[in-house]
Amino acid sequence: MKTNLTWLNDYLDQAISLDQQAVADLAEQVARTSVEVDSVTTLAQQQDGLVVAEVVSVVPHPDSDHMVITQVNIGEPKLIQVVTGAPNVAEGQLVVLAKVGAHIVNHETGELVTLSAANLRGEVSHGMLVALQEIGFDNKIAPKDFEAGIYVFGPNDGVHPGDDALVALGMTDPVMDTDLTPNRADMLSMIGTAYEFGAMLNQPVTEPAFDLVEYETLARDQVNVVIDDASLVPKYALRVVNDVTVGDSPLWLQKILWNAGMRPINNIVDITNYMMLMYGQPLHAFDLDKLSGQTIHVRRAMADEQLVTLDDKTRELRAGEDIVIATADEPLMLAGVMGGSSSEVDHTTRHIVLEGAVFNPSLVRATARRHNLHSEASARFERGVNWDATFTALDHAAHLVDDLAGGQVARGLVVAADTDYDTVIMPLTAARVNQILGTTLTLKDIAGIFDQLAFTYQIEADTIQVTLPARRPDMRIEADLIEEIARLYGYDNLPVTLPYGPTTPGHLTLRQRQIRASRRIMESLGLNQAISYVLTTPEKAQQFAENPGEKVVALDYPMSSDRTTVRQNLLAGLLEDVVYNVNHGVANVALYEQGRIFIANAPDTLPTEMEHLAGVLTGTRATSTWQQDKTEKTVDFYDMKGVVAQYLAQMGVDEVRYEATKRHQNMHPGQTADIYSGDVYLGFVGQLHPQVTQAHKLAPVFGFELNLFAVMAQVQTGVHYAPISRFPQMSRDAALLVDDTVEHADIVALIRQTAGDKLVDIQLFDVYTGDKLPAGKRSLAYTLTYQDNDETLVEAEVNADFERVTAALIAQFHVAVR
Amino acid sequence: MSLIEELTALKASAVERINAADADIEALRVSLLGKKGELTALLKGMKDVAPADRKTVGEIGNDVRQIITALLAEKKAAAEAAQLEAQLAAETIDVTLPGSAHVVGQPHVLQQIIDEIEQHFLGLGFEVIDDTVDSPEVETDEYNFERENLPKDHPARDMQDTFYITPEILLRTQTSPVQSRSLEKHDFSKGPLKMIAPGKVYRRDTDDATHSHQFHQVEGMVVGENITMADLKGTLLSIMQALFGEKHQIRMRPSYFPFTEPSVEVDVSWNEVTPDTKPEDIEWIEVLGAGMTHPNVLRMDGIDPEKYSAFAFGLGPDRFAMLKYGVDDIRQFYLNDVRFLSQFNRKGN
Repeated sequence: MKTNLTWLNDYLDQAISLDQQAVADLAEQVARTSVEVDSVTTLAQQQDGLVVAEVVSVVPHPDSDHMVITQVNIGEPKLIQVVTGAPNVAEGQLVVLAKVGAHIVNHETGELVTLSAANLRGEVSHGMLVALQEIGFDNKIAPKDFEAGIYVFGPNDGVHPGDDALVALGMTDPVMDTDLTPNRADMLSMIGTAYEFGAMLNQPVTEPAFDLVEYETLARDQVNVVIDDASLVPKYALRVVNDVTVGDSPLWLQKILWNAGMRPINNIVDITNYMMLMYGQPLHAFDLDKLSGQTIHVRRAMADEQLVTLDDKTRELRAGEDIVIATADEPLMLAGVMGGSSSEVDHTTRHIVLEGAVFNPSLVRATARRHNLHSEASARFERGVNWDATFTALDHAAHLVDDLAGGQVARGLVVAADTDYDTVIMPLTAARVNQILGTTLTLKDIAGIFDQLAFTYQIEADTIQVTLPARRPDMRIEADLIEEIARLYGYDNLPVTLPYGPTTPGHLTLRQRQIRASRRIMESLGLNQAISYVLTTPEKAQQFAENPGEKVVALDYPMSSDRTTVRQNLLAGLLEDVVYNVNHGVANVALYEQGRIFIANAPDTLPTEMEHLAGVLTGTRATSTWQQDKTEKTVDFYDMKGVVAQYLAQMGVDEVRYEATKRHQNMHPGQTADIYSGDVYLGFVGQLHPQVTQAHKLAPVFGFELNLFAVMAQVQTGVHYAPISRFPQMSRDAALLVDDTVEHADIVALIRQTAGDKLVDIQLFDVYTGDKLPAGKRSLAYTLTYQDNDETLVEAEVNADFERVTAALIAQFHVAVR
Repeated sequence: MSLIEELTALKASAVERINAADADIEALRVSLLGKKGELTALLKGMKDVAPADRKTVGEIGNDVRQIITALLAEKKAAAEAAQLEAQLAAETIDVTLPGSAHVVGQPHVLQQIIDEIEQHFLGLGFEVIDDTVDSPEVETDEYNFERENLPKDHPARDMQDTFYITPEILLRTQTSPVQSRSLEKHDFSKGPLKMIAPGKVYRRDTDDATHSHQFHQVEGMVVGENITMADLKGTLLSIMQALFGEKHQIRMRPSYFPFTEPSVEVDVSWNEVTPDTKPEDIEWIEVLGAGMTHPNVLRMDGIDPEKYSAFAFGLGPDRFAMLKYGVDDIRQFYLNDVRFLSQFNRKGN
């Protein structure tokens, strides 16, 4: 809300200082005590050199058909010659001159420019006559369109040639733009803001006074009101003002409006807006002669109703939900949101109906949202207006219409609803306040704060009974009062303590430790942690999913087509990361991600969320510019598998098996393994399908994805220590020529099964395939290590054990021992 | 020449030859002291020496052997030392060439911030709630909004544009629903509830340099019998000093959240504050929202607000990381550019 501090001073007993430093300090105090301050500015900004000028003469420009030469009086002995193209310039006008040397804001670029004398087709112009748009006014607040020409003061505006035009136009008023939180409805009014500043500065507030003069005509003879449903509108009243003269508002009122960011329209509309700014109470004016019949209805919209609102848009009303003000024939306005064109006040209007009401906040909010029509009025009704000010604002408006538009106020308020505000008297004790705030305030301190706030109260023993005023609709419960005390006492003054009481141990659960360990192990294996987007496309959501048959969780109303669906795998996100890196010249990528995947359940039940761990490798593991032979090896399946294997070993997962699989649609069918611990499926590791990676012009990418829940369930907790044997080891090598179809895992299993109890280790030390071997064969070479914990091995026994193994390999897999 | 003279001559000749030797010390030793060596050959003449002189001649013979042996050992040691020196000289390399590359991964910078926060609050006796059951990322409208005192037509819902799945299911917009889920399970006979809940949250926003549809929050809450706003202030001061440095200060400003009352925004000083710092020289940066838990929220979670009081706060790791490291585009956190990620590698910090 744009708060004009000059205006605010009207309501404070001691005017606040408006010098720059004082205003800056005030803004700081407001930020610490009440609401955020976006800025403190003036419409003048950095402009200067603008004076009120009287147009003394206007003669045509000899060499131009659209420019004229004027002589203007700025209160100095000499007239000044100014050439202008303004279509509306005329002798006798009081206008604004930007003198030579003036600084003004260029209305196209927004930059501050210095004006110099100009030669316009042979005639010198010593300055420029300006429209408001040329001195920093936005089109939205300037009363006339730019094309209409220069700004002209009215005859009664009380300005004189030579006056500082910035002051005359109110452009030097400091305006504090506050960023109001939704609860501070009260500060959407100058009076409410005055109470807030008064509380902060410990100053009383004087509300404006006015004398309403009523004429003989009875308002209720001219209009009456029918309210269909009392819940729509707890307060509703009309006033009638006859014989008004619609015209421009006086300058003082226009200044108030444009400093508040509103555009002056005409005196009637401006008065309703002025009252809204003053009291926070939106009012509306109808042209009485444009109403069919005398009866005004407040009702819900009916089926197939339409309304053209003041912004010239045709609105399809929502039957049974939008509140409308209507005659018997047609809706007139969207109640509390925006008026309709059919009953708009214009320069021909003679008699007006003024409406002051409190509309149901929820319904106004719903209407504003439905029609995407958030107006100054709806903003106030949604948050809650001051019920005590509704009819006062209406009376004040009628008084001003009398004053400024020469109207005759018909006798009486036509009151159709006048529900009493539900006044709450809230008891509060100092003990309770201190219990919540950690302070040591006395009841007297607390009463002092309510004095500052101008809340009425009574003290009974140790309790203060506070009447929550209607002007503060945000005050409903005890906590609201405690907040008022806290902020006015000052958050800076609160003590600084830590919670005390029974000690609670801070610790992580086993699962939390396992997840954190998973991340650390991945990092120690050289993978950087990635955090990718959870929302993705339907395809990517299931690209590497464990079970693509599961239902996905999809947004009802996504923002963009690439963020519609919640992921069921992490690998697709990591693939996107690889694509990003490779496209940006980073060829070597080693990333992992730990995060959740989501499986949809029945509608309106939460999906199942599972923690996963995934990783990718592409390019080379490490880059060294001069030791290429040592490090620059392109990663392969076994690098990725090695990461997974080491991770599972470090976690304490035993009996890990890798089974060749072709079942993952987007993985390489010949380079992918499903991973099991015992019979429990943990995930998979392999090369991403070349069709997938080649589509992005990538080198081979290897990846894995594990279900962390499954991994954690398989972790064998506890370390089993075994003493190191004192006795020497013996080893035997076996080089085996085997069929390609026989897997290493099968051979190892058979060795373990047949080796006897002295075998402590099997190492594969060579794999050879090539021309020197028969087709369909490869050579695998193993070292078997034997050791006994209790005695020295006997060579003959080891030989016997080893021969049993080779015999079994020959018998089962038809290997040739080389 | 007597045997004594011959021995003396051998000694002189041996000394000379040993000193002159530069290659095969072992061959020289064999030729002097070996079984077929010169000394052995001379001493074979002992049998011709008169018995009365044998003792003297024997002693001289032993002396000569000892001297030759010692000299040889000395010479050998010198030769070995020279050889080692030559070898070491030959093995000298340029130690300023880069070391072999080893790859160590980094936690994501957001993870690092979350870890720091977690460490701090574990030290203060807080629990960490981040599991899929008590802190789901897909939430119900009830827990995300209604239980946080945001009924369906509440104006403050506009502050948080929401990704809905169905009218009742949504991507959580905040980690606050974890408060309710934790409170429901907490056994107050075991002491106050002190928890933080780190996790991802989602808002219906268009991604740009300062907005992301996905970001992180760390919710914090303490519920107990005498929990005060002063405790909130102390708790927030401690975490901000842990994150930004001991000399940084905080200030609280009034704000509004439907789930807290009083509600505050908290600023941290961008510069260090000492007793000499003038208030107007402190640059304040808004970092988080906090407040005393609204009695409606406590009541909805089955907690008597007359008996228990509570504070809650929401920390934003993305914002902290941007502030702390000067990252000017929030999207950087989710692109996973290796050149970006690998910069945050000061584990010694």
